[in-house]
Amino acid sequence: MPEPLREVIGKACPLEADDVDTDQIFPAQFLKAIERRGMESYLFYGLRHDERGNVHGRFVLDRPEFRGARILVAGKNFGIGSSRENAVWALTDSGIRCIIASSFGDIFYNNASKNGLLCVRLPGQAVRDLRERAATAKLTLTVDLAGQTISDGRTTVAFEAEPHIKERLLKGMDDVAFTLENYEAEIREYERRIPRFVIPRSARPS
Amino acid sequence: MVTGKTIFSKVWDSHLLAERPDGQSLIYVDRHLTHEVTSPLAFEALRKAGRRVRRPDLTFAVMDHNVPTGDRSLPVRDEMSSKQMKALTGNATQFGLTLFDYFSPYQGISHVIGPELGLTIPGITLTCGDSHTSTHGALGALALGIGSSEGEHVFATQSIWIKKPREMAITLRGRLRKGVTSKDVILSVIRRIGTGGAIGNVVEFVGEATSNFSVEERLTITNMAIEGGARTAIISPDEKVYEYIRGSKFAPTGADWGDALEQWRSLPTDPGAVYDSRIDFNISELEPQVSWGTNPAMTVGVTESIPSPSEAPTKEDALSVERALKYMGLAPGTRITDIPLDTVFIGSCTNARLSDLTESARVIKGNHVNKDVRALVVPGSQLVKRRAEALGLDKIFVEAGFEWRNSGCSMCIGMNEDKLSPGERCASTSNRNFENRQGPGGRTHLVSPIMAAAAALHGRFIDTREVELIDPEELAPGGLNA
Repeated sequence: MPEPLREVIGKACPLEADDVDTDQIFPAQFLKAIERRGMESYLFYGLRHDERGNVHGRFVLDRPEFRGARILVAGKNFGIGSSRENAVWALTDSGIRCIIASSFGDIFYNNASKNGLLCVRLPGQAVRDLRERAATAKLTLTVDLAGQTISDGRTTVAFEAEPHIKERLLKGMDDVAFTLENYEAEIREYERRIPRFVIPRSARPS
Repeated sequence: MVTGKTIFSKVWDSHLLAERPDGQSLIYVDRHLTHEVTSPLAFEALRKAGRRVRRPDLTFAVMDHNVPTGDRSLPVRDEMSSKQMKALTGNATQFGLTLFDYFSPYQGISHVIGPELGLTIPGITLTCGDSHTSTHGALGALALGIGSSEGEHVFATQSIWIKKPREMAITLRGRLRKGVTSKDVILSVIRRIGTGGAIGNVVEFVGEATSNFSVEERLTITNMAIEGGARTAIISPDEKVYEYIRGSKFAPTGADWGDALEQWRSLPTDPGAVYDSRIDFNISELEPQVSWGTNPAMTVGVTESIPSPSEAPTKEDALSVERALKYMGLAPGTRITDIPLDTVFIGSCTNARLSDLTESARVIKGNHVNKDVRALVVPGSQLVKRRAEALGLDKIFVEAGFEWRNSGCSMCIGMNEDKLSPGERCASTSNRNFENRQGPGGRTHLVSPIMAAAAALHGRFIDTREVELIDPEELAPGGLNA
């Protein structure tokens, strides 16, 4: 269960690329973990490492001026592709708590909301402007989820948030408990009505 | 005025448990497929919370992502893969799930076995911890790819929270030329709408060309809808679909079959149904497609050339093209047919069903793989493999110089031994050409099974409209429909 997330205050780091897929965020060769730990070492692995597997230091998150960044300003279609939740875990394990982009892959967006990672959609030009300002390494933002605003101390822009996802993040909600506590009756009622043909015949090979 | 309903709305409405004021809806899940890679942490969370799998009878586990595709009598060498496989066995046992393990005669890629075993049927909701779950929509199911946390939610509650997607209709008109396939259709659709073109949408494929496709051709189309950003894809079922399911392992039988048919026949989209957006494609003039870059929208026709960053409409696009060309080791202006290949992979949940293998075999029978090419066939499931072997397709492939493997995701995702080496260039029937997807530094070109087969013979891409396709009857005398 994630910690409640009310606001993210921190340095913004630009990621100048569209279509950042989850294979780039978290390559498949590291998907073999059966425990959830140490995911940060695989974040953007292919972009950060040379052929020998050493960090080359040229990737934006490895540059000294962006150390400790909490906010990533990307492009469009961030997180498309594979459903792997490891992409989200690697970002949060690395200290990233907010991603600003003009659009997100649907599954990534949902996965993020379950792990205390705030995805903010802004219009393309607004994202471009923020990214350019972030490139100076001097942009610190306050992303206020409750108020749905992003501020650099001087100007403030509003963003839209889906109420359900906002609530989930603000409370650090355990969705499973929430559903079972509030909707058990509906689920049970539905289960009484499932047609027999929908239930697969004996699963055991005969 | 009464407006018609889409198949999506019908399935959605019949599975809606609750709707919150902001539109988030709780949807019942009739079928949950789970595999060894995205499930361990979901099971672990269940254990920690002392929860059970609510409906083990609706939940099916399969090993597909990291299983070796070589000799199954040998031990699994990769220690981490072996651990994940053992974890799935342990979890399936503890929570009482049906498991298709490494040795099961029904093992295969989840999106291949669901439809072929009758686990996927029209009108149901289905989830799986894999983005290509959209595949199952070809049978008229509402199929959703989900993450691990959502998987945990489905395990425990048999339901999922989701905001109702918008509806997009993609109409396919016309008739394909010989040597052009449904893979070429979906690649060209993604090229046109872009990787994010259908974000937030369920895409329904409609039109006479959609109806004319076989069930397996449709599965290829819905499989790749996710590559255009779609939340999922769906196609209204018809008699072809019912015939595909009839008699399969888990399909309804007896009186249940009659009940099923009655319900299924009420599912297709009504005339006059309204969509949020519509796109039209005429497929008659479509040429065979080949991806050149690092996402599936970076695709051109086989008679075209590699694009130049200078032609890109925006600065961002130019950067993407430049970066893709660098990764792919390609120069602008290079003709697609001049690109030399190292490897050919026929496999994946996109194109490793019996008809895909048959189409490839029609190209390669009596020919031999180019001396510079390594070529492998990885059937989508053990059942596909046995059926292909019964037709003698394995011999056709092996005699031509292909490796004939056991089933799994294999070189589509590079989690087992089947990987590309850095710089290695592959014609692949899979669905993703992302950087490092088929192995670190590997270069992927997405193509149809016919193109992959032709590319294996020639060591480069050729216009498959001009390739001789052996008559299916000659391929397997008396047997293709057996």
